[in-house]
Amino acid sequence: MATLTRKENTNSIGLTRNDYIGRPTTLCKGCGHTSIANMIVSACYEMNLPPEKIVKFSGIGCSSKSAAYFLERSFGFNGLHGRMPSVAEGALFADKSLIGIGISGDGDTANIGLSQFKHLVRRNVPMVYIVENNGVYGLTKGQFSATAEKGLTLKRQGENPYLPVDIALEAIAANASFVARSFAGDPKQVKELLKAAISHRGTSILDIISPCVTFNNQDFSVHSYSWVKGHEVPLHMLEFVAPRDEITLDDFERGSIKEVTMHDGSVIVFKKLEREYDPTNRTEAIKMLEEAIRKNWLITGLIYVDPDSPNIYDMYPIGENPLNRLTSKKIRPDRKSLELLNQSLM
Amino acid sequence: MGSVQAKINDFGITFSTVNGSGSATANNTIQKAIFRMGIPVSARNIFPSNIQGMPTWYSLRVSKDGFIGRLEKDDILVAMNPETAVKDISNLNSGGLLLINQNIKIQVFRNDITVHLLPIGELLKASEVSSNLNIYLANMVYVGVLAFLIGIEIEKIENALDQHFNGKRNAIEPNIKVVKKSFDWAKTSLKKQCPFSLVPMQMTNGKIMIDGNSAGALGALYGGLQFAAWYPITPATSLAEALNDFVPNLRVDPETNKITCAVVQAEDELAAVGMVIGAGWAGLRSMTSTSGPGLCLMSEFLGLAYFTEVPMVVWDVQRVGPSTGMPTHTSQGDLSFSYFISHGDKDFVILLPGDMNECFEFGWKGLDIAEKLQTPVIILSDLELGMNIWMADPLQYPDEEIDRGKVLWEEDIENFVKEKQKEWGRYVDFDGDGIPYRTVPGNLHSKAPYFTRGTSHDPYAGYSESSEDWENNLLRIKKKFEQAKLICPKPIIEDENKELAIIAYGSSEMPVIEAITKLKGLSIGVDYLRVRSLPFSQEVENFIKKHQRLYVVENNRDGQMKQLLCVNYPDLANKLLSVAHSDGLSLSAQWIVERILNEVKPEK
Repeated sequence: MATLTRKENTNSIGLTRNDYIGRPTTLCKGCGHTSIANMIVSACYEMNLPPEKIVKFSGIGCSSKSAAYFLERSFGFNGLHGRMPSVAEGALFADKSLIGIGISGDGDTANIGLSQFKHLVRRNVPMVYIVENNGVYGLTKGQFSATAEKGLTLKRQGENPYLPVDIALEAIAANASFVARSFAGDPKQVKELLKAAISHRGTSILDIISPCVTFNNQDFSVHSYSWVKGHEVPLHMLEFVAPRDEITLDDFERGSIKEVTMHDGSVIVFKKLEREYDPTNRTEAIKMLEEAIRKNWLITGLIYVDPDSPNIYDMYPIGENPLNRLTSKKIRPDRKSLELLNQSLM
Repeated sequence: MGSVQAKINDFGITFSTVNGSGSATANNTIQKAIFRMGIPVSARNIFPSNIQGMPTWYSLRVSKDGFIGRLEKDDILVAMNPETAVKDISNLNSGGLLLINQNIKIQVFRNDITVHLLPIGELLKASEVSSNLNIYLANMVYVGVLAFLIGIEIEKIENALDQHFNGKRNAIEPNIKVVKKSFDWAKTSLKKQCPFSLVPMQMTNGKIMIDGNSAGALGALYGGLQFAAWYPITPATSLAEALNDFVPNLRVDPETNKITCAVVQAEDELAAVGMVIGAGWAGLRSMTSTSGPGLCLMSEFLGLAYFTEVPMVVWDVQRVGPSTGMPTHTSQGDLSFSYFISHGDKDFVILLPGDMNECFEFGWKGLDIAEKLQTPVIILSDLELGMNIWMADPLQYPDEEIDRGKVLWEEDIENFVKEKQKEWGRYVDFDGDGIPYRTVPGNLHSKAPYFTRGTSHDPYAGYSESSEDWENNLLRIKKKFEQAKLICPKPIIEDENKELAIIAYGSSEMPVIEAITKLKGLSIGVDYLRVRSLPFSQEVENFIKKHQRLYVVENNRDGQMKQLLCVNYPDLANKLLSVAHSDGLSLSAQWIVERILNEVKPEK
């Protein structure tokens, strides 16, 4: 019997990391989005996901362009500004086994797309939704987005007079079942969160601060590399353990560990840092986000998760056989049914 | 009074009521009962954008000749609404009959009509039915009185109520009690000197009664619809609701007990069309249904679907616009908007159903056309067709197999190079018809995935801002619409080599058929063409060329079909004359005839 011999530098389905990369990036040098794209590649590679099983979705903006810069062997749909969620929702009905990854930005999500964002979350469509959040419109050269802090000053725009939209809070208010926040400058955390998000059976919101090195990376800006480094408050250290993998806890102290088992059997292991934090408690999550706003912290980590929350497929009884593979016979009712129908209308 | 001519099976009745008073049950019962007497009957519901307390009219036309256009005036009026009674009465033909709720204290100044006061309260009391149903049962009084006066068979009324209430006896009983009591009262108290009467015929044998929105929804479900997303909007809502109603009966896989069509109520029309495009892209037969304001919101997305070549169907059940306009009134005002929808260069296939059977047929055919051409298809219905109940032939089972178009699955990709001697590329025109081959998510062949984008791309779906790539791509897409002219429903033509002709489409056919007969009676012969799809096929041009003068009849202010014909055939423009107006009501044959006579006369 032929056995799959595992080559060097391949994952368990025989693919190399290169099988997960995308087209060369055209984003600015040092852009946080590029680092996130690399972490998506690593997470999918390490999780042994067939790239053809993944479908990428994006809207419009620098962030949305980046959908082309990872997973070239996956289907992708780069649609309209702020309307990625609806396209994803319709497409994923075609085959429940597909893994959806949406890439959006703060303008795409918190300005033009706020409604679709919240309704996607509310329906709990199984997909990862990444917001590459830099507080600024890059492609149109530096206007404020809805996540820009009040008082931020930009070259051509002057001072921002409005209070910001907090994407994580908006998600939780819309009954999100998975909300995380991270920083493009912390690739390890981004990758672990991505893996947890992919294994979640509902919508996973990842609000990732991803500095715009060209238009909004001044030291005073809350979306800059240096500000985040001085204000980041991680809620915990976390590690994703795939189903069937053994949990090894060498460097974790007994009593400071919390585990959350995901629906697919994977486990997220949380190591306590300075404070107790329970990411399965929605009230605590909201309090924590409010406290962070007051204290000017950038909290990072898994803010909230409900691994067993019902998703959209629980509401529509479609079969396991993908809808888009049903034969014509399965989707056209027979002649007899029409005869009966006509009789009932006589 | 004596000079009134008896009218048998040929008159109009208007029921003037207050909305929310349950008159729909009474009105539909009368329509169904007359239909079951074998007499052709049509009805229009003129209703306000309101739930309770505003005027509503239900105009029923009995026509032994099968005419279904709107009548300008009534022969019989049932006046239940004090607010509108005076104006309603003025719209009665001389010799007409008025049945008026006796609680309406108005002076009737006309002495050329017959008036009967309806003692509604007394008759309800005498019927001994539960008083909390009174406001609904009040309408059954006029059903009973009318049944006596014009001769509706009580048994047919009972049948119709039985069907309406799904056989629930406790709902049927009180209604039939009131009907019978009122019938008996009329028999003893009123002289049967009514000039309008019904005589059973055989003209509805084998026919069905259905509304266009249900017919369209059923067509889609027999067309293999797999995904629909929608947002509530009058007059399109009942189309999506019909999908919801019929899916559990028609689209459950008996092997798995799972549904094969998902219907999602979206948060708005942007999301509805976005979902439908996502689903269409991923290989599901998908559609949305909306009306003008919703179509406006969908315009950016439709440009994306056109450019990314995603098959999907949009039903626009038209109402009066612009703006919120008259949401519960009919029009054909979205034609030119649909034709030119979205920015930049683009083309859209538009289907124009003209009756119930076409609502059903285009319902399934639209999905085939969309997938064959990989492009959005817009189906323009309207409130007139969509929300009224019409007599129709039984719905015909699709006479063509489902055609999924050029979709490649794993094996097809594997064999593609062998067959075509060339690597597959999403936007490569292999067959010279402009229609490329597509793959859909879930296809696990490593060469299947591609990146779909609203931005410019090369034939292999790579990003490109090259002028050549842009222009070649758009010129290729344009070619698909030459195919559209061949596969979309052809115009219906009645050509007897006359000099004059009428062009119409959609619901304007209803009065046009009658107008043609009337003109014939005046010795004016006209040929007729009904457009059933856009882009225009060759037959339309030929027909215009052949005729001297063509009247384009439609229900909008500007004569939008005439404008589109002029744009497409500028050299023929001077032959075309617009017969168009829009006031929220459907056109009448009388108005069309008058307009055409005004045009014809000066020539002589």
